[in-house]
Amino acid sequence: MIIEGRVWVIEKDGKLIDDIDTDMIYHNKYLHITDKKEMAKYAFSNLPGWQDFPQKARKGDIIIAGDNFGCGSSRQHAVDCFISLGIKAIIAKSFGAIYKRNAINSGLAVLECKDIDKARLKNGDIIEVDLENGEIKKDGKIVAKAKPMNPVQAAIYRAGNLFAYAKSFR
Amino acid sequence: MPTIIEKIFQQHSKDDVKPGNTIWLDVDLRTARDFAGAQVVKNLLENYDGNYIDDASKTFFTFDCNAPANTIGYANNQQICRKFARENGIKVFDVNRGIGSHVVMEEGLAYPGVTAVGTDSHFNILGAIGAFGQGMGDVDIAFVFKTGRTWFEVPPTVKVNFLGMPDARWSAKDLALLCVKELKGKVLGKAIEFYGEIVDKLSLAGRITLASMVTEMGCIIGFIPPNKEVIKFCRERSGKEIEAIAADKDAYYEAEIDIDVSNLQPLIALPGSPANVKRVADLPSIEVNSVFIGSCTNGREEDMEAAYNVVKGRKIAENVMAKVVPATREVWNYMLEEGIIKAMFDAGMIISHAACGGCASGQLGMTGKGEVQVSTSNRNFRGKQGDGDTYLASPETAAASAVAGYITEVDDL
Ligand code: SF4
Repeated sequence: MIIEGRVWVIEKDGKLIDDIDTDMIYHNKYLHITDKKEMAKYAFSNLPGWQDFPQKARKGDIIIAGDNFGCGSSRQHAVDCFISLGIKAIIAKSFGAIYKRNAINSGLAVLECKDIDKARLKNGDIIEVDLENGEIKKDGKIVAKAKPMNPVQAAIYRAGNLFAYAKSFR
Repeated sequence: MPTIIEKIFQQHSKDDVKPGNTIWLDVDLRTARDFAGAQVVKNLLENYDGNYIDDASKTFFTFDCNAPANTIGYANNQQICRKFARENGIKVFDVNRGIGSHVVMEEGLAYPGVTAVGTDSHFNILGAIGAFGQGMGDVDIAFVFKTGRTWFEVPPTVKVNFLGMPDARWSAKDLALLCVKELKGKVLGKAIEFYGEIVDKLSLAGRITLASMVTEMGCIIGFIPPNKEVIKFCRERSGKEIEAIAADKDAYYEAEIDIDVSNLQPLIALPGSPANVKRVADLPSIEVNSVFIGSCTNGREEDMEAAYNVVKGRKIAENVMAKVVPATREVWNYMLEEGIIKAMFDAGMIISHAACGGCASGQLGMTGKGEVQVSTSNRNFRGKQGDGDTYLASPETAAASAVAGYITEVDDL
């Protein structure tokens, strides 16, 4: 399972932003929305400097973030807004535990990579990610290694989401 | 040898429960609250044909986040849940009942050793009574409603030992804030067990306060081994013969962290991060415009009483809006019977019905730009309670600040 895409490095003053919480990703004032398509336009709408992300992002893009990405509430909206924008994967130094589950269950690839800042990626770089062994490549060269998906995670991703996976599993 | 979480998991799984392993876990108690509840229903309707619920007697809706609904969106979502609940024989603890994670304890649905999930990131608060609770998103919860189980990566356990006992005035919230400060970043994705004289002495309300803030430490859950008071409460409420689940003597901990509490005193988290904790006494004079006393962290009888002891016979400062929200209807009743509501009313406070109140945006007021709020809730992220700046503190400190009109601890009032 190899994916390729253009990256957005979510940083401030040249440093990946840590602790991006679910209110910064998807503010609680839009929680009543249940139509996933409508959620796209609020992605990062409360993250200073990144409010215009929904206009800039393209289908297939990959997000690069710091530690504890998605900490905070259990809202699925904070995952769905990216899916409906067409974001293909999020690579972060680490994730909030609930956020990570939500993403996995919805079929959004999330990879933990402690050293992702050392890869010195810039907005617009094209990377290639092998979800099963965690290798992240740029221009054919390995620039970082993420923790590979665990077997349950990989199976859910392959099936598309948790519901689809459950059908094959049971 | 197993820790508390590993023991509970092993009783609920056929898989090999070891840290790092992903297991399938049977879930005893399955809940959804109001905002994500409608999404849970939608997921079920979209993905399955009838037969949505594995066991209706174990499945509940709890409305607390926006109760009663003050937007049409929330009102519609609650109606979606109510209709689905009626059609599927599910009980709804409706907008008059209180915060779901507390309601399941009061109703005896959660007790030591139980596994429980809800669409509330503070559902791990159940660690306060030695139960496994976990907040999850609507996809996960829909799956649990349907199948009665969930996948879970067994977290390693970290043992936290509190050393000493404080001499000065302290509260469970101060202990919780100290833990967020000391543990944040060290326990991400892990389970914690808390030990030491100070936790043995914590009341149920105090345990709830401490357990509610492990989410802010980034960990999966924090267990406080139940004492007699907790077991008695859970036995009465559930009508079951309950035993506490204890870790084995030789349980394997990934790490042990000692925290000295002998100098514990009133603490406060500065706006933006629950981990940016300072001593109240070290703050410069900061004018307060708004105070919120309540939430799943500090919404129990004892918390209300602590605030009451500060404000009774006094008036809150003229430019302060003080909002009080009991966690549940039982707490409300207690306040009513003990004369707490009258005293708070006379002091000039606003008392709302039981729910999350001013914690998440929605009920009972937000803060405007430039407004300074002292809140007893667990989060002060930008925008969570409005555009203003939110400080996190104990009910005592919040009440004292309301009276003074600036941030202060009780002893300096
Ligand atoms: S009181 Fe606040 S933190 Fe607790 S469950 Fe309600 S919204 Fe969540």
